[in-house]
Amino acid sequence: MTAAAPDPKMNMGQPVPRYDAVVKVTGRATYASDMPLSDPAYAFLVTSAIAKGRIDSLDLDEARRVRGVIDIVTHENAPRLKDSKLFSNGGYAGTTIQPLKSADIAHDGQIIAVVVAETYESARDAANRVKVSYTATTPSATFDSPGTTIAAAKGQNAQFKEDPKVGDFAKAFDEAEVKLTASYETPTQHHNPMELFSTSCAWMGDELVIYEPSQFVHGLKHGVAEQLGIDADKVRVVNPYVGGGFGSRGSMTPRTAIIAAIAKRLNRPVKLVPTRDQGFTITTHRAETRHEIKLGARPDGKLVALRHEGAEVSSRPDAYCVGGTKTTTRLYACPNVDSLVSIVRADRNTPGFMRSPPEVPYLFALESAMDELAVKLNLDPVELRRINDTTNEPIGGKPYTSRSLMACFDEAAKAFGWAQRSPQPKSMSDGDWLIGYGCAATCYPTQMGPAAARVRLQRDGRTRVEIAGHEIGTGAYTVIAQTAAERLGVPLEKVAVFIGDSDLPPAPVAGGSNSTASTCSVVTMVCDQIRQRLFKAVMPGQSLTDKAKATVGIGQTPATQAAKGDRPLDLEKAFDALGVGVVEEYGEWKPEGAPLDSFRAMHSGQVRLVGGDQMKDQIAYAFGAEFVEVRVNRFTHEIRCPRLVGAFAAGRIMNPRTARSQLMGGLIWGMSSALLEATEIDERNARYVNDNLADYLVPVNADVANVEVILLSEQDDRINPVGVKGVGELANVGTNAAICNAIYHATGQRIRKLPVRLENIEV
Amino acid sequence: MRPFSYQRATDPDTAVRALGAAAAANNPLTHARAQPLAGGTTLIDLMKLDVMRPAAIVDINPLASHWSAIEPKGDGVRLGALAKMSDVAAHDEIQRSYPVIANSLKLAASAQLRNMATLGGNVMQRTRCSYFRDVSYENCNKRNPGSGCAAMDGVNRMHAVLGVSDQCIATYPGDFAQALIALDATVEITGKSGARSLPFAQLHKAPGNTPDIETTLQPGELISAFFISGRWPRSVYLKARDRQSYEFALSSAAVALDVQNGTIRDARVALGGVATVPWRAREAEALLKGQRFDDGLAQRVADAAFADAKGRRHNSFKIALGKRVVARALQQAVTMEI
Repeated sequence: MTAAAPDPKMNMGQPVPRYDAVVKVTGRATYASDMPLSDPAYAFLVTSAIAKGRIDSLDLDEARRVRGVIDIVTHENAPRLKDSKLFSNGGYAGTTIQPLKSADIAHDGQIIAVVVAETYESARDAANRVKVSYTATTPSATFDSPGTTIAAAKGQNAQFKEDPKVGDFAKAFDEAEVKLTASYETPTQHHNPMELFSTSCAWMGDELVIYEPSQFVHGLKHGVAEQLGIDADKVRVVNPYVGGGFGSRGSMTPRTAIIAAIAKRLNRPVKLVPTRDQGFTITTHRAETRHEIKLGARPDGKLVALRHEGAEVSSRPDAYCVGGTKTTTRLYACPNVDSLVSIVRADRNTPGFMRSPPEVPYLFALESAMDELAVKLNLDPVELRRINDTTNEPIGGKPYTSRSLMACFDEAAKAFGWAQRSPQPKSMSDGDWLIGYGCAATCYPTQMGPAAARVRLQRDGRTRVEIAGHEIGTGAYTVIAQTAAERLGVPLEKVAVFIGDSDLPPAPVAGGSNSTASTCSVVTMVCDQIRQRLFKAVMPGQSLTDKAKATVGIGQTPATQAAKGDRPLDLEKAFDALGVGVVEEYGEWKPEGAPLDSFRAMHSGQVRLVGGDQMKDQIAYAFGAEFVEVRVNRFTHEIRCPRLVGAFAAGRIMNPRTARSQLMGGLIWGMSSALLEATEIDERNARYVNDNLADYLVPVNADVANVEVILLSEQDDRINPVGVKGVGELANVGTNAAICNAIYHATGQRIRKLPVRLENIEV
Repeated sequence: MRPFSYQRATDPDTAVRALGAAAAANNPLTHARAQPLAGGTTLIDLMKLDVMRPAAIVDINPLASHWSAIEPKGDGVRLGALAKMSDVAAHDEIQRSYPVIANSLKLAASAQLRNMATLGGNVMQRTRCSYFRDVSYENCNKRNPGSGCAAMDGVNRMHAVLGVSDQCIATYPGDFAQALIALDATVEITGKSGARSLPFAQLHKAPGNTPDIETTLQPGELISAFFISGRWPRSVYLKARDRQSYEFALSSAAVALDVQNGTIRDARVALGGVATVPWRAREAEALLKGQRFDDGLAQRVADAAFADAKGRRHNSFKIALGKRVVARALQQAVTMEI
């Protein structure tokens, strides 16, 4: 065992090294913009310098004179594209603001021209020489800006169906012996994945190949086909590796169809690599949010009333919201609950998913408020969670399929040394530094979606798994290979995995932490189909019982299983009996409770995730507890976080190495979100100011001293065939509140607005 | 990036000639047609952003054989302008006799940048003002003289509170320069009419009505070395910043003291992250000289250092922060063991 490869506990797979480790560390992994193209033209974007108004005129003369310029595409000559609906309204797009359609500008940094040239350098040089005259009108930037509108999310966002409530909140809060009312704020954030938002489009006759980092190749394929008005079968999206996603590549952005149409017009492959700052405005972001929490409790800590009101900023045309009240109203036992989510419309691009979209802002508010309540009640914040722990969510009374929240708190508290905390604020220090300990709960819904896979087995044991999953750095190749190897009983090194290609059987978007649950469930099912065929070939007289299906190995049967009566199947004999050289099976799997149109939707590139609070008779979440040590300098008020400890329970852990890595990344992200990350908006003009990685701060190794991830054993047979809950978005949720709670402990000062900066501290 | 010519200068004369030849008489250095390339950590960045558009680049890295020595000279030390930041920061004698220099370099930028960036280039580093660096904003008096200042009422958390004018509030971003100005360094300059030298304090120009003129260097002139007289073992560089690993200062202080039998005989205080140029707090120094140190004195000194500070919407906090940084740096300098 090493720290990076923890020993598997009960219900965990082996911590095998990443399938793609060597190609990645040797630089041989081919990302979208690495794909060789035959004689490509290079595109460079020109984006708007205003957030609202019109283009009066474009002076292209100087730009056209740059040597090597082939074409400059503007709203005056752009290819006509069909509109795409927002993904939440049955479409594919992350925004319905379609650039190059007219002279109108709807947000900062909107694409207003595409320069195409023989080289990247010429295209960029010419783009700098495009002169634009605008008529600008004053935009509404964000909360409190003149001209914004606000309305309840319910009724305008098809995916936000209900504001959860139960009991009589008003009465219970009114009568509560201990009350807390507090407001919280979170900022705009951008994903900033390492790989830029590139797109390369190449046509072969009427067939289009798109190389683009995407978290949903089937969605992008269908979306682009719709915008171009062509048959989706003519479009293929390829991206064997994606350099980080974090939600930014889940839905289609307008750039792809534009580049595809330009490539068609030029009859030549076109490659676009936008700059880092353009990535801030041509894709989505995490919207800024505001919250008011009201908690009423008995003196013993029992919650009697809980209300969570949230507001989120979206664009003028699109009612995007994350609506995290679905989680915060169900996390703790409480008989009287009320909630309301509202959407504020401003002159901004449409926001979108960013790692744990609902939970990050909404649990920051609730878990901060829980800590404030613990202080009021003079209770240990861990004990306050224990007092209000529950097996059933309070809104509908549905049981959690499994819930190890308090086990996580206890494990993490022990590893962290929570018992050594002196509870009084400002009571711990080390030289110039005040020390604070803080904790918070974390959770994320367990989600799954319909998926298909093809598995091929050869008589020598070589196995090929094909599924249009996505390797966004999470370990998708690895866990899919492990699943097939385990299920077929073949050595791991004989399994080849093909993902990131829309010509492969469809898998859901790599979002909502569903990938491992969905892809491994379908791969398990298809491997079983192969086992069944082989088993029948050698034992035609016997029926394959469920038990046999689950236990009969194809290759070497481990001694432990042989002892239970499992029999290995002699592969060569089975192939001889079948009279074939290759066995190949295709299958489609959908989770329990998936809508009737699931498979149709899956083949149309649409997402039908189920799980979380949307299940019929139960509710499924993964849980964890996070503890942090914060240090605040008495003199400079600088805030540092030298230590993070998280304990997590998420059903079956397919690979403790890749799971730990994801959870560790989540804790670091959470620290970053609490202390560093915010996209600054110039309220005068609704433009982003710090749109680069020098000014949009994220931590590097030197900012992260100690991160400890504890994986708890948890078995949950009620969620999906592999019993996986998913860990991708679990760890960055609780950290925000844990850090503010620790800052309170260090300084006695409660900070309710992220990110926390030194000027917010008054020691 | 716009096309440019590239020339490698193998000796100082060639470099000076190449840079001077391209210079137009009335262009300030920042807008000169030819720009010298050393580590490239600022220039290339700004060219990519289309902020700087030189037609010619003169690569002066080959001059390192002339201009990169770290050597004793007289009672002090001479630092070649092409010495790498990382080499100077790691130099034994610099660490021993000039901790303020070693630490100002060590706390600047990232290890990768320090390995590339030179001392001369570092002091010439241009502001990080977001509006200066984004050419989609017309109004930047530094880029487009007379066009106005977008930062004045914009997002100005990182901006200056000292040395500001109603034309510009952009912060001078470096760290090393505060050490140089505190220690009364001299800059050695090579130009077409030979060598000259001037006090480091006269190198940078506060924005006033001409924010586009940032230094007194003329087109065709190059910094060849810095000279620091005396030894300053009792000196510190304290830097407050948002991120521990690498980040520009929100406020920093370079402090050097000469303390004999508990009495401060000489004191130097310079401020970073808060001013438009490398900033010497002479009023503060005057309060220290001849005094015995206590916390009350530190407070009065800090107040004096920021007496003329002008905060704006997002950066007013820098005044209180800057005072605490100065006071703490003084305490550290007084108590450090040498």
